[in-house]
Amino acid sequence: MDYSQFLAMKQEISLLVVFLLVFFYDTILPKKAQNGIAGFTTLIFGLFTAQSIAYMFCPCSAQDTTAFAGMYVTGPVIMAIKNILNIGVLIVLIQSIKWANGEFMIVRRGEFYELLLVTLFGMYLMISGRHFLIFLIGLESASLPLAAMVAFDKKRYESHEAAVKYLLTAVFSSAIFMMGLSFVYGLAGSLYFTDINLMIFGENSALAVVALAFVIAGIGFKLSLVPFHLWTADVYQGAPTPVTSYLSVISKGATAFAFLVVLIQAFGMFYEEVWQWMLYALIIVTITVGNLFAIRQKNLKRFLAFSSISQAGYIMLGVIAFNATGIASLMYYVLVYIFSNLAAFGVIGAVENATGKVDMDDYNGLSNTNPRLALCMMLAMFSLAGIPPFAGFFSKFFIFAAALQQGSIAIYILVLIALINTIVSLYYYLLVVKAMYIKTEEPCQIPAFRSACSERLGLWISVAGILILGVGAVFYNYLLDLTTSMGLFGSIM
Amino acid sequence: MDATIQILILAIPLFMFLFLGLLGKYLSHKLAGILGTTAMGIVTALAYYTAYLYFFSGDPHFQDGTQRLQYIVFNPVWLEFYGNLHINIGFLLDPISAMMLVVITTISFMVNLYSNAYMRDHHGVFEKGFQRYYAFLALFSFSMLGLVVATNIFQMYIFWELVGASSYLLIGFYYTSPAAVSASKKAFIVTRFADLGFLIGILVLSYYTGVFSFMDFTSAPVEGLADTFKISTDTAAAVLVNKFTASPVPMFMGCSVLTWALVLIFMGGMGKSAMLPLHIWLPDAMEGPTPVSALIHAATMVVAGVYLVARLFPLYLQETAALEIVTVVGALTAFYAAMVACAQVDIKRVLAFSTISQIAFMMVSLGVCRPEYHHGVGYMASMFHLFTHAMFKALLFLGAGALIHAVHSNNYTAMHGLRKYMPVTHWTFLIGCLAIAGIIPFSGFFSKDEILTACGEYSTLVYIWMSAVAALTAFYMFRLYFLIFWWKEHKVHDPHHAPHDQPWCMTLPLIFLALVSCVAGFIPFGDFVTFNGEEHTFDLDWTVAGISLTVALISIAVAAKMYMKENPLPDKMAAALPRLWDWCYHRFYWDELYMFITHRIIFGLVCKPIAWFDRHIIDGTMDAFAAITNKASCAIKGLQSGNVQTYVWVYLIGALLLGTVTYICLL
Repeated sequence: MDYSQFLAMKQEISLLVVFLLVFFYDTILPKKAQNGIAGFTTLIFGLFTAQSIAYMFCPCSAQDTTAFAGMYVTGPVIMAIKNILNIGVLIVLIQSIKWANGEFMIVRRGEFYELLLVTLFGMYLMISGRHFLIFLIGLESASLPLAAMVAFDKKRYESHEAAVKYLLTAVFSSAIFMMGLSFVYGLAGSLYFTDINLMIFGENSALAVVALAFVIAGIGFKLSLVPFHLWTADVYQGAPTPVTSYLSVISKGATAFAFLVVLIQAFGMFYEEVWQWMLYALIIVTITVGNLFAIRQKNLKRFLAFSSISQAGYIMLGVIAFNATGIASLMYYVLVYIFSNLAAFGVIGAVENATGKVDMDDYNGLSNTNPRLALCMMLAMFSLAGIPPFAGFFSKFFIFAAALQQGSIAIYILVLIALINTIVSLYYYLLVVKAMYIKTEEPCQIPAFRSACSERLGLWISVAGILILGVGAVFYNYLLDLTTSMGLFGSIM
Repeated sequence: MDATIQILILAIPLFMFLFLGLLGKYLSHKLAGILGTTAMGIVTALAYYTAYLYFFSGDPHFQDGTQRLQYIVFNPVWLEFYGNLHINIGFLLDPISAMMLVVITTISFMVNLYSNAYMRDHHGVFEKGFQRYYAFLALFSFSMLGLVVATNIFQMYIFWELVGASSYLLIGFYYTSPAAVSASKKAFIVTRFADLGFLIGILVLSYYTGVFSFMDFTSAPVEGLADTFKISTDTAAAVLVNKFTASPVPMFMGCSVLTWALVLIFMGGMGKSAMLPLHIWLPDAMEGPTPVSALIHAATMVVAGVYLVARLFPLYLQETAALEIVTVVGALTAFYAAMVACAQVDIKRVLAFSTISQIAFMMVSLGVCRPEYHHGVGYMASMFHLFTHAMFKALLFLGAGALIHAVHSNNYTAMHGLRKYMPVTHWTFLIGCLAIAGIIPFSGFFSKDEILTACGEYSTLVYIWMSAVAALTAFYMFRLYFLIFWWKEHKVHDPHHAPHDQPWCMTLPLIFLALVSCVAGFIPFGDFVTFNGEEHTFDLDWTVAGISLTVALISIAVAAKMYMKENPLPDKMAAALPRLWDWCYHRFYWDELYMFITHRIIFGLVCKPIAWFDRHIIDGTMDAFAAITNKASCAIKGLQSGNVQTYVWVYLIGALLLGTVTYICLL
């Protein structure tokens, strides 16, 4: 075996180095130094992110490289999506510093970071894997450690309940997914994406269709597409806020891209009709059900859970578009969604750390007591709802435009339904704004407080992202150049 | 030529607006006033220098023998559409824009200076929002300067709206007073309504001619252009053919497209220049601070309509039908406003109606101008009158401001006999009145005389009509003068609080403007501004001058007889013609007519059904959708039970259904 192949996995290796540094810090350094691990990890990860982004602009990385007999692929587009995830993880890390330094965390601080980095490693493998075995390893290592992370808030009952629910449903979903994979293997005799693509060409047997449905269900679980979404609300609500934000943006963003790769690479060219119709139905159900549930929520984390379900539906529009614009707009959507959702979670986390309140009614009149936090939250809601000058509008616009490029009447109807759902979503996002700015008759339940430096830094970055991405379409153009310059789907082959 | 000076002329006021608007509240009141005034002083100097270069330097860019040329200082593309359709933002120098630069900056500087003292109370305490006031003044100066130097009609439109906006802001400066708020809204809505016509006119014009730029309208000799439009296309010069018309000329409702465009554009001018029937906003606009009235509602913004017609004059010459409309509207407005001005009590209202009437003079003068009558004297006279009127009307308004500041009332009933207490104000006001009445050697005499000459060349009827208006003008101005400064002795209860002349920064502008009004008439205006840029010396027509002088003197004598000493004659006159007096006093009930039209007809008959439709049909549909969404949301609540077993069950069913349904569909 040619061991130099490992050198192709530059980002993975760097991440591994980060992981090992954190691990040694945790295990070797004395207990007194443990207080510094949150800052240390953030710093190291920040350096890693900077290095990784800088490497993306190096001419030596402009080519696609494969390793391990085509099981692993990397290239400019893949590096870009990984860097988008890195930026998100960095913000999550910054926002969680205060939480991680809390009293109750005293023993297990390091573990939180190690688990987080391991899941990120798993997501990298999901994105880069071109063989279902690699993909499965990635999926599992991105799923199971999350159960431990969800359970981190040991003294809260909901945290345990959430972890158990997550674990049970995740295991079940993995079983279904693997069953689907075994069907695929039975049909194609190989687990390479490209082989599957060729072997099951024209195969409309019940076995093939069910295999595809199971694969979609398995990945749809992580994306929380309806009807595979039921764990989402309980887990988001029960998990500690940093874990929730990690689950809602990073896990979702990585899976969305991996899903795109699987569908296009393994079931793409010859089978697209089938999975497009499946996705079509899932998108409509996901957006609508997510919205309808979001309307009724009182707990903000639960509310954002349903909001993230319907957002996942919008992200899937980039997959169904099945073209280079779709890939670029999906990546852009994920980036914008990271900033918008993390701004919202940043505010929720700051308020929760200071006062322990997460209900929407507690936020009545927040603009009087904490005007800056209220402003951040409002910008986040505007961006999520897609109100013009903010980034969310452009990400929605680009993804709709990409889907419309496909040009069939069915897709027009789909986009129309998505648009109508945007109006519904506007209602519930504005409910939060209304609570903060208009329902000011009674004194606010949340007293004025000063949030920690780290929380403010995280919010600054997120809000800057919302505003800058709203003004400059440069980033989108950059992504579009990446995806189109490689030829249709060439970069992710 | 270096464009730095011209850029600065626009950039300094804009910068001052941003600076005072954003950071003004951190400055002291005094400093803000000084900064605003100094900046305007610099702009004034730069504008004078530019005008000097244009008129006197003899630079071949500006002048070709006796022909004054249009010169574009800079003109970058601002918006690119397709083909050659683009919008530029630039700086055009030609006789009228150079003249307007001088007028605007002079008056604006005077007003800035004057406001330093005016916007305080008697103890020298500055009014609330003083910095905001200066910021708005700077915004107005910027917009007005941008308007006059516009190189194309679209730039003009943009700045046109900007002056409207700054006028709105300044009228509503005392935003705690309901009268000021409603006046500012009225001004904005009425002028905005008129601008709708302007915009449609621009669209029609640019759609059929494909050009926005003024250069394309006027760079060719006017007569040649007129010929081109009238004769068939094959003989016309190719350039002009392409730009102006296809054969046959498109028609709509019996008028050519050009007529429609020009009439619609003139509608915008009617709104800004307060021509009948869109004049109703100007008297109410007097709710703003008096220096603002002097700057915006007497000297500069309200003449924008005249300037617009003058700017597009080569086009108007091609469609004399549109010019006739201008004449008729102007003549009616002039007479109407003069009648109303005779019966007002509020001195600012008198001046407002006098402004309307004088602007109408300028409009008539443009309307009657034809190249064949005496070298187009009307155009020159109109611009001349614009110039002189700006000076003496600003003088009168600033004088009125000094009076109001002294007695705290707008009504002449609170004044009477002030001449002894306020000598400077008295003498300067008298000069203003003499100038507007047209008494030799004050400036108004010369410009008005040229206008009457132009009217006489055009038609005797218009001449007599406008002479009657001139007589009325002399009468109502001297009625005002006598009622303020004479009539009876001013009763002073406490000698310490007697009205007195104002501090130097209020009297200095009065004296300066009075001096200008004394000498401006002797400017040989024909050397600078003519309809085609050719220098031409216009001689005074002494028959016309003699008649108008006699008429004016008689009017003044009548006014003196009636108002110089307290006597029952005015009341008797009013009682003798009660109907006429009432109509004049109530401004011929125009406001009531508008109230009737808007409230009864538009609100009642048009808006109410639309509102009903909106409330019940549109809102109802939307409410129904919302209710359905809400119901659906309630109905599926049970799906999220919290049971892991159910979750897994739904998951499995979902996956299987997805597979089966798709499979069935594929079969």
